[in-house]
Amino acid sequence: MYNDLNRKNTKGFDARLIIYYLLLVFIGWITIYSTCYIPDGTNAIFDISKPYCKQLIWIGSSFLIAIVILLIDKQLIQHYAYHFYIICLFLMVLVLLIGTEISGAKAWIKIGEFSIQPTEFMKVATALALAKFFNEGKTSTEKRYVWLIVGGIILLPVMIIMLQHDAGSALVFASFIILFYREGLSGSLLILVFIAAFLAVFTLKFNELYAIALLTAVFIGFMIKDRTQKKLMRRDVIVFIISIVFVFSVNLLYENVLEPHQKIRVATILGQTSDPKGADFNLNQSKIAIGSGGFFGKGYLKGTQTKLKFVPEQSTDFIFCAIGEEWGFVGTLVVFGLYLALIYRILSLSEKSRIPFVRYYGYGISGIIAVHFFVNIGMTIGLVPIIGIPLPFLSYGGSSLWAFTTMLFIFIKLNDN
Amino acid sequence: MQDRKRYFVVLAILAVLALVYLIRLFNLQVLNKTYKVKANQNALRYITEHPARGLIYDRNDSLLVYNDAAYDIMVVPNELREFDTMELCRVLDITKEDVRKKIEKAKKYSYILPSIFEQQISKEDYGFLQEKMYEFPGFFVQNRTLRSYPNPIAAHILGYVSEVNEQDMENDNYYQMGDYIGKSGIEKAYESVLRGEKGRRVVLVDVHNREVGRYENGAEDVVAVPGTSIWSTLDLQLQRYGEELMAHKRGSIVAIEPKTGEILCLISSPTYDPNLLVGTARPKNYAMLLEDPKKPLFNRALMASYPPGSTFKLANGLIALQEGIVTPSTIYSCSGGGYHIGNHVVHCHNCGGLNIYSAIQRSCNSYFCRAYYNILSNRRKYKNVQDAYTAWLDYMHSMGFAQKYETDLPYELKGSIPTAEYFDKKYNKSWNGNTVVSMGIGQGEAAVTPLQMANMLAVIANKGYYIKPHVVKAIGKKDNLNTQFSEKIVSKIDPKHFQTVLEGMKLVVTSGTGRGAQIDGITVAGKTGTAQNPHGADHSVFALIAPADDPQIVIFCLVENGGFGASVACPIASLMAEKYLKGEVKRTDLENRMKELSFR
Repeated sequence: MYNDLNRKNTKGFDARLIIYYLLLVFIGWITIYSTCYIPDGTNAIFDISKPYCKQLIWIGSSFLIAIVILLIDKQLIQHYAYHFYIICLFLMVLVLLIGTEISGAKAWIKIGEFSIQPTEFMKVATALALAKFFNEGKTSTEKRYVWLIVGGIILLPVMIIMLQHDAGSALVFASFIILFYREGLSGSLLILVFIAAFLAVFTLKFNELYAIALLTAVFIGFMIKDRTQKKLMRRDVIVFIISIVFVFSVNLLYENVLEPHQKIRVATILGQTSDPKGADFNLNQSKIAIGSGGFFGKGYLKGTQTKLKFVPEQSTDFIFCAIGEEWGFVGTLVVFGLYLALIYRILSLSEKSRIPFVRYYGYGISGIIAVHFFVNIGMTIGLVPIIGIPLPFLSYGGSSLWAFTTMLFIFIKLNDN
Repeated sequence: MQDRKRYFVVLAILAVLALVYLIRLFNLQVLNKTYKVKANQNALRYITEHPARGLIYDRNDSLLVYNDAAYDIMVVPNELREFDTMELCRVLDITKEDVRKKIEKAKKYSYILPSIFEQQISKEDYGFLQEKMYEFPGFFVQNRTLRSYPNPIAAHILGYVSEVNEQDMENDNYYQMGDYIGKSGIEKAYESVLRGEKGRRVVLVDVHNREVGRYENGAEDVVAVPGTSIWSTLDLQLQRYGEELMAHKRGSIVAIEPKTGEILCLISSPTYDPNLLVGTARPKNYAMLLEDPKKPLFNRALMASYPPGSTFKLANGLIALQEGIVTPSTIYSCSGGGYHIGNHVVHCHNCGGLNIYSAIQRSCNSYFCRAYYNILSNRRKYKNVQDAYTAWLDYMHSMGFAQKYETDLPYELKGSIPTAEYFDKKYNKSWNGNTVVSMGIGQGEAAVTPLQMANMLAVIANKGYYIKPHVVKAIGKKDNLNTQFSEKIVSKIDPKHFQTVLEGMKLVVTSGTGRGAQIDGITVAGKTGTAQNPHGADHSVFALIAPADDPQIVIFCLVENGGFGASVACPIASLMAEKYLKGEVKRTDLENRMKELSFR
């Protein structure tokens, strides 16, 4: 099997992916510079107290990581996939014990000036572990327990993340559904997930009674349609009962599991509260910043909303606000173009690759990048509740940049043929 | 192929998601304009730069009105966040309840426009607050100017400024809550000149409401244009001197430079210190002045109508001459102690037979009653008394009576001389010259303002015309003359008749009723008057033109309840003329006596 990977090790690495990566990192850095830029100040680039200077260090070290990955034997990557997973898992547990709490989530290990977030690396490790597990061929058998192992690989880190109160990062692990779908998960299961998601949103937006009314209507429709077939009617009844239980459990989860601030964020997105000065201040300011950019934007370093700190976390989770404000819809299009091209490139290379491991890994990480991208931007424009996850490659932060660099360059290395 | 299909499904899901996002973003960034407005509301603060109001000088470049610096605390309700109320209360020395009320009031006006929270704080408080302003989001300090008066004079003419009311803001959208506007006098009449143009400074504020810099390097800023200065026609020295002379008295002095219609002084007594109507004390002081039984706010020079008294005889004499009723040599005898109408006698001083010169000199009632009767009974010219009366009224109009000048004076009164229709109604159409003969000597129904009387003197001094009396000489620069009011208004009296009246007036001063008006080295023409007052002692009246041969100044002086014209108004008018023409007054004894006189 290792021989598969060693075939055709002569051609270069995928140049397009590297270019997309460099462009995104570059856009990220100039945007971070802009968010910290003080109009009448000195803004020296090599001022270690400034995030843009620190980010230069992160970028430099990321390049080192990338080079190291491109140089090592790709067999090692596959070989040590489980080890990497276990180590990350161990770090995650360590965080629970000795971690530092930053903005509500106990997800950081502080080492001197710097903090690292093992969760970011856990995503890479999980993708690798899943790829390796899939590659062992066990999933093609019909044995159900195999899928239990797959679920375990994902749920183990998710549970620890939940214990860290970092619901946003936990959500990212749902992205592996794309990999499962590609590798044979029933299409109707995918549809079921969408229906469940719809039902959950519907229940929260209105209430259980409306949801039950809707379900009843659909149920009666099916009963009439299936009135001649007893078997189908029995199925309908079971699905109906499960749905009702689901609806109630959604509310139960919402009321009991979510933290108060998370409940408010969800309620804001569902349009149930309006409090521009209070709970949805951040979302409102974020929309104002992006919306005020117009078509061409206000110009680089000329954004007022981001510069004057109306937008929170503007170099990290809300970095898209600065882009939207200063570069306008044009900037939006460029950023979307780059991400979609990147994701498309990973998917299409995965699809073309004759090495299944590459495909498993490629689908895994494109799901992670896509979820990060859509959730992060969705929250800045009010399509998704505010969930604190970074925009890959762009957001300020060492852990995130290192992890995504590692993630991408492992793919580039694996795909190198 | 199954796998290949799933690849496309994944791509399709991503594409649909991306499309939804891009539509949302296009709507947010390109279609929806409200975010741009909100962004500016967030980050930009428009600070109004209030220009200094124009200064007001007197005719000799002495400062009458200037500006003092003041600081207002402004509040923008929409930008309010939590702040330390106690701290603010402590600094401004107000109660928590005050804070609440003031914010409520500001909210009523506007959530996004600034309102005044506390006016004119002290320089010390300003210094202290400026440091701490960031602790009070939604508040900021605005520089202002306040009117100040180096000499506490001419309050009625200068007028005052106060905060705009809702009506003002409705009439002119230039004004915003907290702006000042001229409410009376020159401040009101020349508001658009004096106010200048407000400027605007656009600054960036951060989320904590701290000013962090100028927006676009000041490209959007508008520089405030300072108000234009004005040169008044007033003579500061004369105005102040007149106010001193009129102290403890009720009445008025109006002095005009006849050639130009420029008002040299306009005194209404009792008056008030214009500094009272400045700043935070204004409402309180205004109420106090309003309630004062002496009515210091009432501008007698323009708003009080008096019976004109004997000075009216000058106008009637001119009309009689013009109508050919008398000539300079016509002699009316005044036998039997006065003018007899049936059993009624208009008393006189047994003057004997008089021509017009002596009649003016001695203020002969009989002469002017007869002349007036004859004007109204001139059936060769007018077919009835109504026509004759209307012709007489026309002459009066042409000399500026019974009308407003509507120049730049605040709130003048029209005065009133009844029309023929009025008497038709009153006497059921059966009346004649004798019925209304008291108007011939300035009593009866006629009511005039001191300003109108002064204007009549200007007509005499100019020998036939007047220029509407006004108080602003030049705008912007001293040689940039205010030409709005330069039109000569010619009376219906032939110029040749004026010399006759002037000669009579000279006699008044040399050897008649107004000898007290004599000034060393200057030929003074004058006319005494004693306006009958049904409410109390008669008003003392004097009309003065000096120098008689080249009139530089005409003065009308009226002292309420002052008695005979010769006793009070005459010396005061004379002192005024001396002050103006000679620069200083030699007759200090008289001056002191007049200053101390009181008619209460």
